[in-house]
Amino acid sequence: MAKKLYNVTVQEKLCKACGICIALCPTKVFGATAEGKANVNNADACTGCLTCEMHCPDFCVEVEARENE
Amino acid sequence: MKEIYKEYFRGNLPHIWCSGCGNGIVMSAWARAMDQLQLDKNQCVGVSGIGCSSRITGYLDINTLHTAHGRALPFATGVKMAKPEMHVFVFSGDGDCAAIGGNHFIHACRRDMDMTLIVFNNHIYGMTGGQFSPLTPFGKKSTTSPYGTVDPDFDLCKLAIGAGASFVARGDIFHAKQLTDLIVEAHNHPGFAVIEVMATCPISYGRHNKIPKPADMVNYLKENTVSKVRADKMTPEEVADKIVVGILHQHEPLEYTKEYAKLVKRLQGGEK
Repeated sequence: MAKKLYNVTVQEKLCKACGICIALCPTKVFGATAEGKANVNNADACTGCLTCEMHCPDFCVEVEARENE
Repeated sequence: MKEIYKEYFRGNLPHIWCSGCGNGIVMSAWARAMDQLQLDKNQCVGVSGIGCSSRITGYLDINTLHTAHGRALPFATGVKMAKPEMHVFVFSGDGDCAAIGGNHFIHACRRDMDMTLIVFNNHIYGMTGGQFSPLTPFGKKSTTSPYGTVDPDFDLCKLAIGAGASFVARGDIFHAKQLTDLIVEAHNHPGFAVIEVMATCPISYGRHNKIPKPADMVNYLKENTVSKVRADKMTPEEVADKIVVGILHQHEPLEYTKEYAKLVKRLQGGEK
């Protein structure tokens, strides 16, 4: 069975650069911009555990299952 | 933005909390709990006092009351007495609930009215500049205790159990999924439910205590919490410096508003 893939998005407008998602992600999906905000480096590594989504204090990370792949 | 956030928040984001503040994680756990409970939003009331955590009522898309310092529970008691069918959620901080509203907290526990109290324990008065609160652990630094506090540790959950609350639980922001489940169980409990949530304040607490990174504070909770089930199997010495999370106490309540309704019915001659 093919690996299930997810789309990870970060709303840059809401992100306050706390770094929680970057530190907690078990598969290192996130990287940091020059300002320290989260950006998605490697969405294919996401396992859909939702740790980032549940721990984002600013509600800016969203994980959705990718369709038709 | 996720659908549940659109459904349960007013949309006036970003919120005022600092970068890495744990309050936002509790707020999202509450939204997930609401999604599981599927309550009518018009029948829900959120009541809060004063403080960082109490600003939450400005963002929730339910009926909300932002009240006097430490007095969230008396206002909530009034709401519940006037409209016993409403679902009442009270949001309070550690200073708001344990210090200024300490007496109200004891009597709300004693009265055992059907409502859910969520205490955001970030160990500090964040909004007023980082003074130590009754729940600041022994020896920790703050702006008013630059050499460390000399106050002994204070356990709010033990106070709640002692005062007679029928549901007492402790959660933390690292275990966000468990926190959601605790809020659901606390709401479904027919009496006064207290959840002490170990939250983080990287700005006013973390910076003074050499853990300035929000992620390090969250990881501290990961390493220093043990579940109630596991703590019961450990020796008292092993549990001493750990934070025990889970449902700590639960008993069948004698719910105040139901007893009051019975009294009214009896005095009106409906029931002998």
